[in-house]
Amino acid sequence: MKKLALLALGVLAVCAVVLADNPLLINGAGATFPYPIYSKWFDTYHTKFPNIQFNYQSVGSGAGIKQVTEGTVDFGATDGPMNDDQLKAYQDKHGFGILHFPTVLGAAVPTYNIAGVNASLNFTPDAMAGIFLGKITKWNDPAIAGVNKGVKLPAADIVVVHRSDGSGTTYIWTDYLSKVSDEWKGKVGKGTSVNWPVGLGGKGNEGVTGLVKQTPNAIGYVELIYAAQNNIPYGSVKNAAGTFVKADLASVTAAAASTAKEMPDDFRVSITNAAGKNAYPISSFTWLLIPSKFSDAGKRDAIKGFLKWMITDGENQVEALSYAKLPKEVIEKEKKAIDKVQ
Amino acid sequence: MDARLRWRKFVSNFMLAMTGVCAVVSVLVLFFILGYLLFNGGTSINWDFFTKLPKPVGETGGGMSNAIVGSAKILLLASLIGVPIGFLGGVYLAEFSGKGMASVVRYAADLLNGVPSIVIGIFAYSLMVLPMKHFSAYAGSFALSLMMIPITLRSTEEFLKSVPRMLREGAMALGASKWKTIATVIVPAAYRGIVTAILLALARVAGETAPLLFTAFGNRFDSRGWSQPTATLPVMIYTYAVAPYEDWHRQAWAAGLVLLGLILVINIVARTILSRGIAVPRS
Amino acid sequence: MATTSTTLKGAGPATGSRAFFAKLRNGDEIARLITMVFAATVVLITVALVLELWTNSALPRHKFGLHFFVTETWDPIMDNYGALPFVYGTLVTSIMALVIAVPLGIGAAIFLAELAPPRISDTLQFFIDLLAAVPSVIYGLLGVFIVVPLMRMVIYPALNKPFGFLSIFKGPSYGVGFLTAGIVLAIMVIPYIISVSREVLLSVPRDQREAALALGSTRWESTWKVVVPFAKTGIMGSIFLALARALGETMAVTMVIGNTPKIAASLFAPGYSIAAVIANEFTEATGDLYLQSLIELGLVLFLLTFILNGLARVLIIVTTQKGSTVNA
Repeated sequence: MKKLALLALGVLAVCAVVLADNPLLINGAGATFPYPIYSKWFDTYHTKFPNIQFNYQSVGSGAGIKQVTEGTVDFGATDGPMNDDQLKAYQDKHGFGILHFPTVLGAAVPTYNIAGVNASLNFTPDAMAGIFLGKITKWNDPAIAGVNKGVKLPAADIVVVHRSDGSGTTYIWTDYLSKVSDEWKGKVGKGTSVNWPVGLGGKGNEGVTGLVKQTPNAIGYVELIYAAQNNIPYGSVKNAAGTFVKADLASVTAAAASTAKEMPDDFRVSITNAAGKNAYPISSFTWLLIPSKFSDAGKRDAIKGFLKWMITDGENQVEALSYAKLPKEVIEKEKKAIDKVQ
Repeated sequence: MDARLRWRKFVSNFMLAMTGVCAVVSVLVLFFILGYLLFNGGTSINWDFFTKLPKPVGETGGGMSNAIVGSAKILLLASLIGVPIGFLGGVYLAEFSGKGMASVVRYAADLLNGVPSIVIGIFAYSLMVLPMKHFSAYAGSFALSLMMIPITLRSTEEFLKSVPRMLREGAMALGASKWKTIATVIVPAAYRGIVTAILLALARVAGETAPLLFTAFGNRFDSRGWSQPTATLPVMIYTYAVAPYEDWHRQAWAAGLVLLGLILVINIVARTILSRGIAVPRS
Repeated sequence: MATTSTTLKGAGPATGSRAFFAKLRNGDEIARLITMVFAATVVLITVALVLELWTNSALPRHKFGLHFFVTETWDPIMDNYGALPFVYGTLVTSIMALVIAVPLGIGAAIFLAELAPPRISDTLQFFIDLLAAVPSVIYGLLGVFIVVPLMRMVIYPALNKPFGFLSIFKGPSYGVGFLTAGIVLAIMVIPYIISVSREVLLSVPRDQREAALALGSTRWESTWKVVVPFAKTGIMGSIFLALARALGETMAVTMVIGNTPKIAASLFAPGYSIAAVIANEFTEATGDLYLQSLIELGLVLFLLTFILNGLARVLIIVTTQKGSTVNA
């Protein structure tokens, strides 16, 4: 017994000594949508500044908003901007506000797993709403087949896959569906967690991609990079101007073009179903949620330093992962906004 | 021998053979699990797995060194909290308490034992994460210690009670006070059983994932000290298994093999120690 | 010399704090106090846990009352929550687990208790105890990569093509769903049924068996018609124990059930369980009603397992005592 106790003490002592030189750890949590680029950024930043570690957990935008409001993480991340109630709740709880900082532009794409179909299917807004409402149940339904002549679609049941956790990607997707379908808007609405009429739930963008990949005849919505990195086909969506557009750097950038100049000061804006001939209709900004006041000066400076790096050097890494760079006007505005963090 | 008897004999042999099949199938499942893990995990384990940190999403390679260390830290702290409480509580029940108090404590321990692990996670979150304002290894260890306490407590009580009266009375006849008797005679006599119980409790919580989901949370890096979010093997397995990346699946298998291997080794060691000593009282 | 009058200061019956400190000098009392504190801690923790669950589920309890248990909606946008899909999913998967595990488990227990020579019986029991030690997340891992494809490619076609007209076998196959979760849970609870049933069967006194055999029954008849009924209550207890474990399982279930808060008749449909929804949504439940509804679900789960565990213990004790006193 004594020996065991001494051993335990010894281990603890060693730990304490070895870990005496503490790098600064900053914890964040939130959206899975931008997780690939965030994990790349934080890894690169840590190599650049070995004394600073950004630990980001990809748990979904809903959890990001909740945990940063509770104060259990230092910053959050979301693709569905906090609404006024949530902002007020934060203000009431902490006595100061929380700021949104756009990081990249991304796209939510419809990805599917149909035997023999590797092509990029076309989806009209009505077809998309119909599928997710559970009204269009078979792949060879005329609403889908009609705009995909030349592709052999099976008479199989469509397996809808959505998010089981609170998700900004869900917010983007339901925001789009609410704009293009009154039925969707009335029946389900938009949000990070909605009452899905049909479908299986996967956890995170990762979970949805995994489910679609494994389940024949499945369709799900994920961020572009998840479909690309896993080599699963994704479709084109008909935009407001009537063209079928596939998500890529150009079409996502085009979606942001019109709002770039009129970006509100708090950076909260929706760019789904944007105008523009080549705009991809299910694009979105994604944001880091940074408290406007920090009691720990070290953390504050580290975060501000990261933000400054992010909008300059960091932006150079995004295109490799199929995210689009922020428009110049937005970057300029953000540079000034960083000073608001105290 | 009439036909009816022959039939009955046939039924008898058939049914008994069926029960044998049931037993064999049940045991085969264990070997299947082990075999599958060995095959998939064994081919995925490499030196990197134990020494490297996770890589950014989508990139292959990297390892789970932080999760292995994290699990070890949390289990160590959980034992440091749970074992003394369970052990000393068991001593109280076996040696000092009156009937009434004993029933209350036993009832509470059994209740705690039956709490689903996810509910323990909720409790630890409200009690530790919210007030401390961050996820931490402390919270994770606290949650796991709650699951270790009932097993340790009941087992300590049973093993202490099973020490023969002779030893007890002999010591007291020699003039030892009660606590001296306990410390120097009774506990050492029940030592094997108690150590076994602690090992089994440890093995049980080593694989728990649910309580760690909202207490230790997760960390891409090594966590320093105990007040930071910590990566753990079970949570990593969960995260990687539901993701689409093949490389993550590979690592999940490797982690599963390491985790299961650890748990099985602890179990086998514990039960072997015990079989050389006193019989296990079933809880 | 007469007087024993108390001229000595401080002599006389020890009372109050002086008595306390006097006792304290005696090491035994310290030991008693210290261990009592630790034992009391256990009680305190348990009480705190139940209190936490109760007070932190106050909002939905007041708002929804008993309606909570019959509402099928789970709508975070409308802030309307109902427990029905989760209770349904939890019960369906657990019952299915029992349907598979009980025959297998009792069969195996009969073999181990009645037929197998002691050494083989002990060795097999050893392995079965190891099976009980496999953690939930590893079952989940195996569920995702083995059972789900198996379900989609083998089990579903085998059941749906011939029996697809039955409502429990209708509908498309997702791979994940109630039946998949039921199968994984069955594997997880078999060890509990086997080990407890084996103990209970072993405690049935020899005379019972021997009397039956003496009357001319075959071994199977004596086992099935005499021994098992004698141990019936204990075996019931093992089933309750297994059920309690199945109800509380989180990781393995959430990885294979499909995470859909819907009630469906088909076993192939995706569903949700109480533990799974808490695991998925707890860290992101914004809004007090949302969070507290999840906690109320946790309270429900806790109560269910508490009752089952209590019943199980009573049944098992009754049986093993019956075995030891029947000839008294």
